[in-house]
Amino acid sequence: MNHRIHLTVNGEQYDIDVPSHYTLLRVLREQLVLTGVKNGCEAGECGACAVLMNGEPVNSCMVLAPEADGAVITTIEGLAHDQLLDPLQEAFIASGATQCGFCTPGILVNARALLDRNPDPSDAEIREALVGNLCRCTGYIRIIDAIKMAARQNREVVR
Amino acid sequence: LQPFDYIIPKNMEEASALLAAGNGSVRALQGGTDLIIRIRGGFIRPETVVDLKGLPGMREIRTSPDGWLMIGAACTMNQVGLHPTVCERYDVLAAGANSVASYQLRNRATVGGNLCNSSPAADTAPALLCLDAVVEVYGADGARRIPIAEFFTGPGRNAMQRGEFLTSIHLPPPAGPSHGVYNKLGRTKIGDISMVSVAVNCRAGATGPVWRIAIGAAGPTPLRAVEAEAALAQDPSPEGVARAADLTSAAARPIDDIRGSAAYRRAMVRVLARRGIESVLAALQAATPASPAGGLA
Repeated sequence: MNHRIHLTVNGEQYDIDVPSHYTLLRVLREQLVLTGVKNGCEAGECGACAVLMNGEPVNSCMVLAPEADGAVITTIEGLAHDQLLDPLQEAFIASGATQCGFCTPGILVNARALLDRNPDPSDAEIREALVGNLCRCTGYIRIIDAIKMAARQNREVVR
Repeated sequence: LQPFDYIIPKNMEEASALLAAGNGSVRALQGGTDLIIRIRGGFIRPETVVDLKGLPGMREIRTSPDGWLMIGAACTMNQVGLHPTVCERYDVLAAGANSVASYQLRNRATVGGNLCNSSPAADTAPALLCLDAVVEVYGADGARRIPIAEFFTGPGRNAMQRGEFLTSIHLPPPAGPSHGVYNKLGRTKIGDISMVSVAVNCRAGATGPVWRIAIGAAGPTPLRAVEAEAALAQDPSPEGVARAADLTSAAARPIDDIRGSAAYRRAMVRVLARRGIESVLAALQAATPASPAGGLA
């Protein structure tokens, strides 16, 4: 069975036909070719496929495509604006928070959501927010440093 | 995923009829965080998935005129765990909901799905047992209510008949202050499935404090430790707390499995129960410093 769904992805409107059993992850990667969204565990554990759905982070492997009808989606590709990187992306580069990079898109998306709801998170709050994002390279220390750096810079800009 | 059809039913009657028609080939979908994993793993091969989230009231939390809190079955864990009324009056449920997996998973996982999946490790179940919740299901004969204590009938099994689905969870208004904690043991401090868990709640009742203790992941269903509750109401002294923890451990019916042995689970039930009771007592004392016995009488 196919469904015609309407999606807003990174500010662009799409009307696409999707089979019932496709996940949002598969639609983003294979139909919209947004391959920054990574396919990791496909079990809701690793967070590599995290995207913002109506402003809130979700694992796109755990959303059926027809469930996403009408949703506003932001992927890692939508985090930067034109040539301007998100402050989190700048901080990840400056802190060396990326090694192989597979987990990075999901972590950046989830960290963006964290800073949107809590502009000044503690270490514990950052760790808790990232419990569903597994990184096998970095040991997380520099990821946490980078998120704190981005939060600090954001507060300085606001001030 | 194996191909299946996805259907949004127009109303409750159609949802019930669709679910009744299939012989295991039609599955109800709430958040999907259990369902999609089971389909992907090949454990189930539904021909049709019926998305119940859009039905009336399924995503609402509201207080009814008689003071009960109605939580729609498709409310997400974050919706429940961060809701001001839940946090204030039913804190043990907020703790259970907030202990599930990760923030982004809690944006999809629903409290109704958690109950319908009927895992003994369901993190909202011990809290709802403590709160004497009543669940409402809808089927061919209309709506009916089931006390949560009668809902779970075995691992992965519950009291719903074919064609029935969960629509809402109802929490009775506390007569006075109510405080609870949910202690959960997994492989990691946060985010993991429960290897064993214990919820403890104390609320003011007509004739004195009402204690509730419930156990997760250490029995064929989530369990109440009724004898421990009675013992604690009689004697909240340190000796009484130790005895209630022993009785909670005795009420567990754990098995050996991949996550832990029965003996370990039983031992940890005792520890989590004692810690839970102690923190509830401490919170009650902080709230009412004049009453050293625990306060709510």
